[in-house]
Amino acid sequence: MSLTKDQVQHIAMLARLQLEDSEIDDVVDKLSRIVNFVDRLQAVPTDDVLPMAHPLKMTQRLRDDGLTESDERDDIQKNTPSTEGGYYLVPKVIE
Amino acid sequence: MGDSSIALHRLTLAEISDGLSAGDFSSRELTEALLDRIETHEATLNAFITVTADLALEQAELADKQRTVGNAGPLNGLPIVHKDLFCTRGVLTTCGSRILDNFVSPYDATVVGRMTSAGAVMLGKTNMDEFAMGSSNETSYFGPVTNPWNASLSPGGSSGGSAAAVAARVVPAATGTDTGGSIRQPAALTGTTGLKPTYGRVSRYGMVAFASSLDQAGVITRSAEDAAMLLGIMAGLDPRDSTSVDEAVPDYVAGLSKPVNGLKIGIVRQHFDEGLDERCGAAVREALKVLETEGAELLDVDLPNIDLSVPTYYVVAPAECSSNLSRFDGVRFGRRTDNPEDLIDLYCRTRGEGFGAEVKRRVMTGTYVLSAGYYDAYYLKAQKVRQLISADFMKAFESVDVIAGPTSPTPAFAIGEKSADPITMYLNDIYTIGANLAGLPGISIPCGMAGDLPVGLQLVGAHFSEESILACAHQYQQMTDWHKVCPGGFE
Repeated sequence: MSLTKDQVQHIAMLARLQLEDSEIDDVVDKLSRIVNFVDRLQAVPTDDVLPMAHPLKMTQRLRDDGLTESDERDDIQKNTPSTEGGYYLVPKVIE
Repeated sequence: MGDSSIALHRLTLAEISDGLSAGDFSSRELTEALLDRIETHEATLNAFITVTADLALEQAELADKQRTVGNAGPLNGLPIVHKDLFCTRGVLTTCGSRILDNFVSPYDATVVGRMTSAGAVMLGKTNMDEFAMGSSNETSYFGPVTNPWNASLSPGGSSGGSAAAVAARVVPAATGTDTGGSIRQPAALTGTTGLKPTYGRVSRYGMVAFASSLDQAGVITRSAEDAAMLLGIMAGLDPRDSTSVDEAVPDYVAGLSKPVNGLKIGIVRQHFDEGLDERCGAAVREALKVLETEGAELLDVDLPNIDLSVPTYYVVAPAECSSNLSRFDGVRFGRRTDNPEDLIDLYCRTRGEGFGAEVKRRVMTGTYVLSAGYYDAYYLKAQKVRQLISADFMKAFESVDVIAGPTSPTPAFAIGEKSADPITMYLNDIYTIGANLAGLPGISIPCGMAGDLPVGLQLVGAHFSEESILACAHQYQQMTDWHKVCPGGFE
């Protein structure tokens, strides 16, 4: 099956990706090929098969609920595009 | 000190370690020689995103001092380079992406930290497919890496910079990561040794995540012995990675002496079907004969669902990547677009400008297979098929110790040759992806030539059987010299 331009625009919005007009046809073409390729999985009988989320049969390890990290905010925020008083700045969300 | 007759760049880690112990040369001399060599060849190879010359010299001097006072760690003075998706404190960590082209990590990945503590000297960060998504190194924002065997060819990917640097004798060893073959395939295409350990054997802390249930850190070296030496340092429980496994770390170097006599080697018939380059098939069959002559037993094994591994992977890996890459939003770190109108515009344009075409395709594929109405049909279905593929391997390892076959269907291919169709590129990993889906360890070692180009033999073992595959690889390298063949112009 082939994806439509509208479907691809919708997926791009869900993924928070702006696509340029110049790249959209290529994305539609290549995503359609990928979806067609993985569609062959539909023919495999899997009624009694449990889904596998992880390669090892392990349970989540838990740690004590204690303080483990030190305050490294200033160090970490050296990589931040825009901060003020230790906060992360973004465009206004609520008017 | 300073015997100028020794070509330092040709030495393996084991040989360097001996030379440093004997006082034949210092870590500083070795580091200077390799930094010179990087400078000579980098214009052709493009194997590095960052060369850390000052840091390397500093670490080398410290290593020499520590040796003098009798405090040499197990990797004292040994040169290493890290794939640019391992976080390195105070050093650019880009993941081959524009969105991280200004990111200086505030901390070290566990793999990096353990190697540094053991005395290793970091010379730089290697080029790679963007976010490790690619099999040719062409998706890097920093341009493709070239193959030392022929500059018009790709070294494979995604750990292509690591593989090219080791093959070109620029450095003796490099770290890599393997989500679907990203260590083993470039190792095969460059004539190097590439080890992907069992999922959970090595901590993923500080490795930029691509597909969290598949990613694993490993190494590219010029011998199985060197890979064993490094794995011993990298492996083991890390409280900072909840999927790292609390399993004893054996002495991998000591385990290398185990003979192949009596080893049961499984051969998967489908891996020799059409699609495999005839010259690659011939080299691999010849390698199997060598192992048989040494007393290994070759047995047919059936992996009835293995043909489904590529489509399964291309649902599971994009699904996990679409979730993992949501952290790159222009808010906390990395690149941010200019003058965003609002928050949605900030996200969409930051990501649209920051990610390359292949990363966008995978994020969108993942978003699609996880979206309402498609989750059961694609993602859940793929997880079930993954169970079938994994069960096939478990059954096979009831009757064999190791599964052997080709690493890659073809030798190195031309840069640009496979980039027009994503499926053609994805099928490069047809023999390697199964081990990732099942979480198994695998190694690729050079086993012959297809014309002028190296061919890789892949050995896959049961969970936590790195000792077996390393021993088999090492024994093969004692019987043959394919791992010593050097690309022309890099002797």
